[in-house]
Amino acid sequence: MVITIASGKGGTGKTTVGVNMAVSLDKAVRFLDCDVEEPNAHLFLKAVINEQTVVDTFVPEVDFTKCTYCGKCGEICQFNAIAVLKDYVLTFPELCHSCRGCLQVCPEKAVQESSRELGIIEQGRAGHVEFIHGRLRIGEAMSPPLIRAVKERIDKGQINIIDAPPGTSCPVIAALKGADFALLVTEPTPFGLNDLILAVEAVRALKMPLGVVLNRAGNGDSGVQSYLARENIPLLLEIPMDRKIAEAYSRGQMIVDVMPEWKEKFRGLYQKIEGIVNRQGDT
Amino acid sequence: MKELTVISGKGGTGKTSLVAAFAGLAENKVMVDGDVDAADLHLILKPEIKTHQEFKGGRKAVINPVLCTACGQCIELCQFKAISRDYVIDEFSCEGCGVCVHFCPVEAIEFPENICGEWFVSETRFGPFVHAKLGIAEENSGKLITMIRRQAEKLAEERNLGLILIDGPPGIGCPVIAATTGASAVLVVTEPTVSGVHDLERVGDLVRHFKIPAMVCINKFDINLDVADRIEKYCVQEGFELVGKIPYDPIFTEAMIAEKTIIEYSPNGLSEMVRGMWGRIINRMKTI
Repeated sequence: MVITIASGKGGTGKTTVGVNMAVSLDKAVRFLDCDVEEPNAHLFLKAVINEQTVVDTFVPEVDFTKCTYCGKCGEICQFNAIAVLKDYVLTFPELCHSCRGCLQVCPEKAVQESSRELGIIEQGRAGHVEFIHGRLRIGEAMSPPLIRAVKERIDKGQINIIDAPPGTSCPVIAALKGADFALLVTEPTPFGLNDLILAVEAVRALKMPLGVVLNRAGNGDSGVQSYLARENIPLLLEIPMDRKIAEAYSRGQMIVDVMPEWKEKFRGLYQKIEGIVNRQGDT
Repeated sequence: MKELTVISGKGGTGKTSLVAAFAGLAENKVMVDGDVDAADLHLILKPEIKTHQEFKGGRKAVINPVLCTACGQCIELCQFKAISRDYVIDEFSCEGCGVCVHFCPVEAIEFPENICGEWFVSETRFGPFVHAKLGIAEENSGKLITMIRRQAEKLAEERNLGLILIDGPPGIGCPVIAATTGASAVLVVTEPTVSGVHDLERVGDLVRHFKIPAMVCINKFDINLDVADRIEKYCVQEGFELVGKIPYDPIFTEAMIAEKTIIEYSPNGLSEMVRGMWGRIINRMKTI
């Protein structure tokens, strides 16, 4: 089972829902923080990290003893990462998408493999939770390849909870792809609703089942509920606006740390998701 | 002309509410919603759209099944695993690199330009506003942000406006880099939580990496006074000017629901603090 938690907008409580659900389950669970620009789940799970891997990606390097400046590498590159001048070839590693087109197209085999660091993956353990996250290198623009590298550590035999980055563009799609279920977290405000609608459209484009958790319930209007009813989207859990929760969060504590009775509710959330996914499998 | 980008590391810190308030306070400016992934500023500014254009960013490969001989070349060369065994390209995985197009021996792959969003120039009650909507599940948000920043710069020049005020995206990746590189300064809106500090440090590393002068505002500072204190010390240590500390107040949410800026919704109290902070930001911007 792979559940990706997304939200359209940031700050809605994605990480809160993810970590609380992970620690509440009484089965083996993997938590994969794919918000590689700003990974935060480790601050709550406090996993002991026992493995660190640097993730690299291909970038070209030109061997000038072989290069004839024919220009073919510059022509194939769609990302302006190679510019061929009269007697020099400029490469812009940070623009490279690692498609290896330049390597393939060079008639002289003058383009060679080099690499740039995308970031690191750390893996560890917090109780019964196997924890994995990626941290994008500062200055690195492209997060999807690092997100894909984190997702290679999904263990299909377990419950996998993926914390996605905010938004609805390529990093989120990279985090959602291949999941069995998309859990969207929102809040009952016009901003929350606006971004929820975008997130729902993204999930529907990927054709996967979805459900919603409403965070900070009671602190806004009823726009989200009417939208969910209209669109026939299940509201799986409501977390009330509670200063106690906000303060616990500010200290790096989880809801179940300060209100252990919520374990049952997060377990219930998982069971509802499992029910929906199993029903999908039957049809 | 000065450009101020408001960023946050993490979403939900109150960035857009503050930018909307500044929009009502600043004079002679163009506003930009640089969070093209999840644009929200229009909900408060209620723009009247004057011009509207498609945004083309990159290309996507499409296999013509009539011409395809199923030789397997494209599947082998694609680094993004975007081509299925029955020779259909998954548009969500295709990066538009064109390698399959170039190497297809029977020229069965087309490579049309991809329309991945739209952008608008609008008028609002606070002045001109440039904003955009990225297509669902599309890439190129960085390029789209760069594009609307250029449009705003053009507009500012034409109308002789001295300031561009940008509501930035969250994170530290491509969109944030596009929204901040070359800006005169950034304002980082943060909140006193352990994740807020963590995100502030990441975004602090980023602005130092790109050498952009940074100011900091702690929103909801009274949620956790210890952590707020840590943030203050971090700012001193990094040379980031702390321009404001705003208490937690549901009035921000109320104003948002009323589709008003906080200054319009409740001119006293909290608004005074926001006004004071804006004064400090403007003073700092003059020295840059």
